[in-house]
Amino acid sequence: MEFLFELLIAFFLIVSGVFGFVGSFGMIKLKDPMSRLHAPTKATTLGVGGVLLASIGHSLLIERHLSLHELLITLFLFLTAPITALFIAKWHIHRHEKPENLPDVGEDELWATHAVQHDEDIPEHTTK
Amino acid sequence: MKLLRRIFPHPHLTILLTLVWILLANRPSLNSLVFGLLLGIVIPFITQPYWPDRPKLRNWPMVVEYILVVLWDIVMANIAVARIILFKRDEDREPNWVCIPLELRTPEAITVLAGTITMTPGTVSCDLSAQGHYLLVHCLDAPDPDAVRDQIKSRYERRLKEIFE
Repeated sequence: MEFLFELLIAFFLIVSGVFGFVGSFGMIKLKDPMSRLHAPTKATTLGVGGVLLASIGHSLLIERHLSLHELLITLFLFLTAPITALFIAKWHIHRHEKPENLPDVGEDELWATHAVQHDEDIPEHTTK
Repeated sequence: MKLLRRIFPHPHLTILLTLVWILLANRPSLNSLVFGLLLGIVIPFITQPYWPDRPKLRNWPMVVEYILVVLWDIVMANIAVARIILFKRDEDREPNWVCIPLELRTPEAITVLAGTITMTPGTVSCDLSAQGHYLLVHCLDAPDPDAVRDQIKSRYERRLKEIFE
């Protein structure tokens, strides 16, 4: 029985390792900045999720006590990760995308990032 | 009833905070329950001015269904994106912007939708239109942007509409 439990925990650890690796590998392989943004979202979902499931499983099946504060890590990650991604995406749109390259917004005319007043004193070296 | 409303202005937040505190302590005991409940009463009371017109969650079974659907999609999308990264040549990949017309109007519902889209691998929500009627989503590999749009609308937005509006 013990062996089966260990097998299950090892399975979750391997899953998380594989997806964590693929996430990091994607950072190197993908060429454009917006696509690179996709790689870390993988690492934070199944990559972290696998470790947390393994941790819950270990304390429950082997140490014989219930430990659920791993769920909080998931909760906090799901709250914070989209905000980081949104910041990076907005930065990219602000610096490198023109309104005509993005999909049409119909009656709203502009995407929110472009709808702000243009700031004149951006240092030369940061714009492309 | 009125007194109860004054002590617990936001019962869900009270329950959530108590639960989070007990989970943080990681050992269910009377001690952590009492202190968690104390926090659960004090924090909603103090932060009351910051949520003037919060939305009512109307459909609790749908909340559970939504969470399960999203978790399932995250697992499936992870596998799909892993295959794209590992086996697809970078030149064959078609990254695309997708514009999603929103039927949701509640800011909280749009926030949940945008967060869900970002947490599902393969799609990242990037911007909102100036008046908040459209959501800009970047796809890692989308030969057919319309299919992505329809899928997000039917899987997530429809359910969120039933939960929030």
